[in-house]
Amino acid sequence: MRLDLVPRPEPSGRMALLSPVIATVLTLAIGAALFLVLGVDPARGLYVYFVEPLTAGWSLVELVVKAAPLALIAVGLALCFRANVWNIGAEGQFTIGAVCGSAIPVLLPDWQSPAVLPLMLLLGLLGGALYGAVPAVLKNRFGASEILTSLMLTYVALLLLDWLVRGPWRDPGSYNFPESVLFSSAATMPVMGEGSRLHWGVLFAPLAALLAYLRLGTSVQGFAIKVTGAAPRAARFSGFSGGAVTLGVFVVSGALAGLAGIVEVAGTIGQLRPTISPGYGFAAIIVAFVGRLHPLGILVAALLLALTYLGGEGAQVTLGLSANVTRLFQGLLLVILLGCDTLIAYRIRFERRGRPAAGEASRG
Amino acid sequence: MRIWLRIAAAAAALVLAAGGAGAQEKLKVGFIYVGPHNDGGWSQRHDVARQEIEKALGDKVETTYVENVSEGPDAERVIEQLARAGNKLIFTTSFGFMNPTLKVAQRFKDVKFEHATGFKQAANVATYNARFYEGRYILGQIAAKMSKTGVAGYIGSFPIPEVVMGINAYALGARSINPDFKIKVVWANTWHDPGKEADAAKVLLDQGADIIAQHTDSPAPLQIAAERGAYGFGQASDMIEFAPKNQLTAIIDNWGPYYIERVKAVLDGTWKSHDVWYGIPEGMVQMAPYTNMPDDVKKMAEETEEKIRTGQLHPFAGPIKKQDGSVAAEAGKTIPDSELLGMNYYVEGVEGDLPK
Repeated sequence: MRLDLVPRPEPSGRMALLSPVIATVLTLAIGAALFLVLGVDPARGLYVYFVEPLTAGWSLVELVVKAAPLALIAVGLALCFRANVWNIGAEGQFTIGAVCGSAIPVLLPDWQSPAVLPLMLLLGLLGGALYGAVPAVLKNRFGASEILTSLMLTYVALLLLDWLVRGPWRDPGSYNFPESVLFSSAATMPVMGEGSRLHWGVLFAPLAALLAYLRLGTSVQGFAIKVTGAAPRAARFSGFSGGAVTLGVFVVSGALAGLAGIVEVAGTIGQLRPTISPGYGFAAIIVAFVGRLHPLGILVAALLLALTYLGGEGAQVTLGLSANVTRLFQGLLLVILLGCDTLIAYRIRFERRGRPAAGEASRG
Repeated sequence: MRIWLRIAAAAAALVLAAGGAGAQEKLKVGFIYVGPHNDGGWSQRHDVARQEIEKALGDKVETTYVENVSEGPDAERVIEQLARAGNKLIFTTSFGFMNPTLKVAQRFKDVKFEHATGFKQAANVATYNARFYEGRYILGQIAAKMSKTGVAGYIGSFPIPEVVMGINAYALGARSINPDFKIKVVWANTWHDPGKEADAAKVLLDQGADIIAQHTDSPAPLQIAAERGAYGFGQASDMIEFAPKNQLTAIIDNWGPYYIERVKAVLDGTWKSHDVWYGIPEGMVQMAPYTNMPDDVKKMAEETEEKIRTGQLHPFAGPIKKQDGSVAAEAGKTIPDSELLGMNYYVEGVEGDLPK
C-alpha cells in the first residue's frame, strides 16, 4: 500500500475550513501524549499552555505586545511571498529600522518635542524600506538570488547594531557596557494606561493588515502582485514589470519591518541593545504562512504564535517543564498547522501496489 | 478601552491576591537564565546554586526557573510572569536583564530582585557580581610557568570591561613570572558557540600559542587545546572531564553561598538592597584542583590563591603600564573598583587593538 498526495484540480473550500480543525485535534492529541510521557497531567498541561495566558489581563496585554511586531512584519512578507519574491531578511530590515529611528534619541537625547516620535517612526520606515530595496535592486540589476542577499544582509544589520551599541552609540554612563542611553519620554511610545506595557504602537499591525487587505483586493498594484506570483508570464503579457513588483514588495515589507523595529525599541525596550529581537523577522515567515499569506489571517496567526511563547514560559514557571520541551511543542504545532494546509491543495490517496494509478495518465 | 483596562486591572489584582495567599508557607524563589540550565557554563552554575538553595533550606522554599530567555524584549515579560506567579525573590542572572528587572521591580514593590553583574540598584533591586579577575591572575601565573613558547592565546567573548579586566589580570599574572610573556586575543563575539570558540582556539594555536584561556562558556577551546597537546583552563565550572590531561585548573563560579544568604535574609525579613562584588576571599570565585602541572607550579598557584584570599595580593596593584606604555597605576597604588568596572584598555603584554 502506498500513500500519494494528488493535486486537487482546485483548492478545496471545505478543507480550507476543516484543516485548522484537524490541526487542532492533532495538536491536542500529540500535546496530551507528550505531557503524559513527561508525567504532567495532560489536561493541566494543555490548560497552562493554551488557556491560562488568556485568563489574565496582563497576559492578554503581553500577548498583543508580542504578536504586534510579528504581525506587522508578516503582513509585508505576505505581499512578497504572494508575488513569489522571497524576502528572508526581515530581521535585518527590522534592525535597520530600529537603528535609523533610534538615531534621534541617541544623538539628540535632549531634544524634547512632540515631533520626536513621529520623526523616529518615519526614519524607521525609511530605513527599513531602503534596506529592503537592496536585495530587490541586486536581483533586478544582476539577477542575484534575493533569498541569499536578503538573508546575508540580516547579518550585516545585526553586526552594525552590535558595533553601534558597543562603540559610537554606547551610553557614556554605562561603564562601557553595550547599550545606548535610555530614551527620553518624548522618544518613547505612549502607553494605554499608567504603568502598562500596552503601547499605542501595537495598533500599527491591524492598521497595516487592513490596508494590505484592501489594497490587495482592489488596487492595480495588488493585482500585479498576485498575477506576478501566480503566473509571471501572464503578468508580463498584461504589461506588469516583474522588476517593479519585486522592488515594490521589498520596499513595502522592508518599511513595515523597519516600523516594527523602531516601535519595538521605542515601545517595549526603551533603548538600543546588542539584541533587540528574539528572531521576530524569522518567526514572521512562519506567521505569514500559518496565516495563509492573508493579511487578516496573519493577525490571527501572530496571536497564536504569541500564545505559544507565553504558554511555553507559563509551562516552565508553573509546570517546571524545560524550554526544550515547550519549544518542541511549539514546533510541532506549527508543523501540524502547515502540514494540514497541504490538504487544501492536495488530497491523500491510498493506493494498492501494482494497480495503475487512475490520475497518472491525465497528469502527463 | 478604559473599561477593558479596568477589567484587566481587576483580573490582575485577583491573580496577585491568589498568588499572595498561596505563598504564605513557602518562599517562592524564581530564576531567569539567558542560556539552557545545563549549558555547562554560566547558566548551569546559577542552576547549581538554585539546587543548593533547595538543599539547604528544604521545605521553606520553592524554586522555579525559566531558561533560554533572550536579552531583548522578552525578558521583561518573563520576569513579570515570575513575579505574578508569586515569586517573592527573583534572581535575574545576566547583564542584559538589568533594565527589564528595574522596570518590573518598579511595578512589584513587594518582590525582591537580585541582578547579576549589573550596575543599577533600587530599593528592591540588589546587584551582585564576582571578582573573576582574581582567578584569572592565577591562571596567568600558571600559563607563564607552563608555556614553552611564551605566548598564550585568549578567547574573549565581547570587549566589555568584565572581559577586558580578565585579560589584563591574566597578563599581569603571567608577566609577574615572565616579563616578556605575550597574550594574543581573539574575539569570538559570542558567549556560547562551540564552533566559533573552537575556530578561535585553532587560530591562536596556529599563531604559536601553546596555552589557551577563554572567557566564553563552552568546553570547545579546551578540547581543541587537548587535541593539539596544548594546555587550557576551564571556564565557569570544572571542565576536567573534557580534557583530563590538559586542563590545568578552572575558575568556578560559586553562587550558592550568596544565594542561600539572600534567601535567608528574605525569610528573616532582613533583606536590603546592596551592590556586592565578592571574590576568592568570600568563596564566590573558586579554583578547581590544580592538575597536569609540576608540584612547584601547583605550590605557586596555591600560594597566590592564599595571598589573594588573605588580601596580601591585589592583581591590580601598581606599578601597571598600559599597552601604549602610559601609566595605569603607579607603584603603591591599586586601580580602584570604579575604574576596573569601566576598564577599556589593555595592559602591557597584550597584543592587538582593543575593539572600540
